[in-house]
Amino acid sequence: MVDMAEEVKSKPVLSKAEGWNGFSLKPRKDMPEGLWVRCPTCEHMLYKSTVEENLNVCPECKHHFRIEAATRIKYLVDEGSFQEVLSDLTTEDRLGFKFRDTTYKQRLKAEEKKCGVKEAMRIGKAFIKGRGVVLAVMEPNFLMGSMGFVVGEKFCVAVDKAMEEKLPLVAVCCSGGARMHEGVVSLGQMAKTSAVLAKLDEARGLFISVLTDPTTGGVTASFAMLGDCLIAEPRALIGFAGPRTIAETIKVELPEGFQTAEFMLEHGFVDMIVHRKDLRNEIARLIDYCQK
Amino acid sequence: MVRMPGDNNKIGDGDYLDFEEKVADLDRQMKELRKLSSIKGIDYSAEIRRLQQEQVTELKRIYSNLTAWQTVQVARHPKRPLLDDYLNLMVKDFRELHGDRCFGDDRAIITGFGQIGRERVLIVGQNKGRTTKNKIACNFGCPNPEGYRKALLKMKFAQKYNIPVVTLIDTPGAYPGIGAEERGQAQAIAVNLLEMSSLRVPVICIVIGEGGSGGALGIGVGDRLAMLEFAYYSVISPEGCAAILWRDGSQAPDAAEALKLTSRDLYKLGLIDATIPEPLGGAHRNVHDTVYNVERYIVKTLACLKRTKTDNLLENRYRKLRLIGTTSAEVLRRKTEAGRERIKAALEAVPADRRPVETKPRESVPSKSKRAVTPKSKPVSAKV
Repeated sequence: MVDMAEEVKSKPVLSKAEGWNGFSLKPRKDMPEGLWVRCPTCEHMLYKSTVEENLNVCPECKHHFRIEAATRIKYLVDEGSFQEVLSDLTTEDRLGFKFRDTTYKQRLKAEEKKCGVKEAMRIGKAFIKGRGVVLAVMEPNFLMGSMGFVVGEKFCVAVDKAMEEKLPLVAVCCSGGARMHEGVVSLGQMAKTSAVLAKLDEARGLFISVLTDPTTGGVTASFAMLGDCLIAEPRALIGFAGPRTIAETIKVELPEGFQTAEFMLEHGFVDMIVHRKDLRNEIARLIDYCQK
Repeated sequence: MVRMPGDNNKIGDGDYLDFEEKVADLDRQMKELRKLSSIKGIDYSAEIRRLQQEQVTELKRIYSNLTAWQTVQVARHPKRPLLDDYLNLMVKDFRELHGDRCFGDDRAIITGFGQIGRERVLIVGQNKGRTTKNKIACNFGCPNPEGYRKALLKMKFAQKYNIPVVTLIDTPGAYPGIGAEERGQAQAIAVNLLEMSSLRVPVICIVIGEGGSGGALGIGVGDRLAMLEFAYYSVISPEGCAAILWRDGSQAPDAAEALKLTSRDLYKLGLIDATIPEPLGGAHRNVHDTVYNVERYIVKTLACLKRTKTDNLLENRYRKLRLIGTTSAEVLRRKTEAGRERIKAALEAVPADRRPVETKPRESVPSKSKRAVTPKSKPVSAKV
């Protein structure tokens, strides 16, 4: 897609007298921005509001679009029942991280402006079909949904709350891994979140982990994989190392469907693959089964 | 007496790092003089000694101001002591335990019982291999999931007989391969993190070379995390970080600096518990001293940890993990808060008529009652 566009740009545009130049790939002037979306899997052009009505799932091929935390919460919980906590917790730049001409702090501010949230995770109490849960939802757009100190801390607070109030914990994971800008602090969050989950296990709390596209790196290698029950969305990318890293390291073409949710199911690492529209039902049913 | 570099490890011509030019030059001069004295029979010992002194000052100068990237180079030095050296020099009667009982035996992680000092311990270490053949056999120190599962299995075995665990970390990272993903690299590491955080025996983790990301952390959760002076420990390799954030892999030196991956920086940030000094000119110049320093640290720390009751040990470990990333000021504030709560609880426990009237609780509470009612510390969390 990108290559074609570049090719066209480099060619001199033919005038009408010289003949027809084929379909223009330049954006049309009269088309309003953001009305149509292209499905990355089946390449269909879709009317955006149709997709949104369909829970951001492609009606043609069931491709699940990435959705931001607010939308996810809207789809998942009973209307208006989400009570967020710690929404303004922000990180201190312990390392004083600078890269190229920017600093981590500036980058965070830019991300905040872009996403309208202060960090890559939102936590709070909510009801799913009338069942009270503690919910932790990751924000895929905020610095790739990476886990830094705040994400780790928020997750731990969510686990603490779940233990305290004896509620099931539901985490919707969606992340590129540990956050580089925080160095070993973010690596430590993997240990930290796993340690709290050990406590939750001891307290016999239920933890349902929902893996959405993409769940990779340090998040998969810590709390995402430690759920009592792992639910994946269809065709979500789930893995430890990113596909590009693997391809670069071993210099082999990756097999079709590698690291997708279906691949993980086949190899026994997730419990079930659930369509976005059934997610509420499935979670509610699991909670019912696990009631003490 | 200052030990001369190269005491028990020959540094060849190709083993000098690019910032050690002057050291290499001095070595060459000394070699020349030695050759001359043996051929012509002239005594150059005074001259050689002077050169040696000069070299020592030069090495001291270089190694006291290593940049982050230079540290990474030292940590990756081909002559740096590897797990094998530690097993040979530090561990008596090593009995290797193989296999994860599920898939295979990963040579990148070696596990086994042995004796360090007078303690029986379980050693879990990452092995890089010295020769090409060895390197290939142990996958250049990049463990596969079976390695982590093997480590966990043996740790549970050790827990059963109350044997402390010592892990030696030296890996560029967990192996990113098709097989590794198929067998659940992420899940294997995640389970290790969870189980190691609640292992009922003392766990000491030491980064002896490269501490690469999740691959290192997979056997790196414990009561103490120490690093050799010129080892590095990072969330991503400097090259990888540079490729992503600088969009140019050759900017690795800048990335290394920004990641704060040296033992000195990490100690300052409170992310590791100790740094173990290396001999002059890095571990590769004197293997024996390095291993001795590590052994001394292990013996000392084990003695301390073994005195702690298991429940307290676990509580302390949990609290330590839970506080990762908070600033020292924050830690202090929480400690004072916890202290205040404790005092309040103690005061309430004292019968009303015997309660002191003064408003200064800290001095007025008898220490005995304070200790008696110390509440089981709650998991510390941010204020909601």
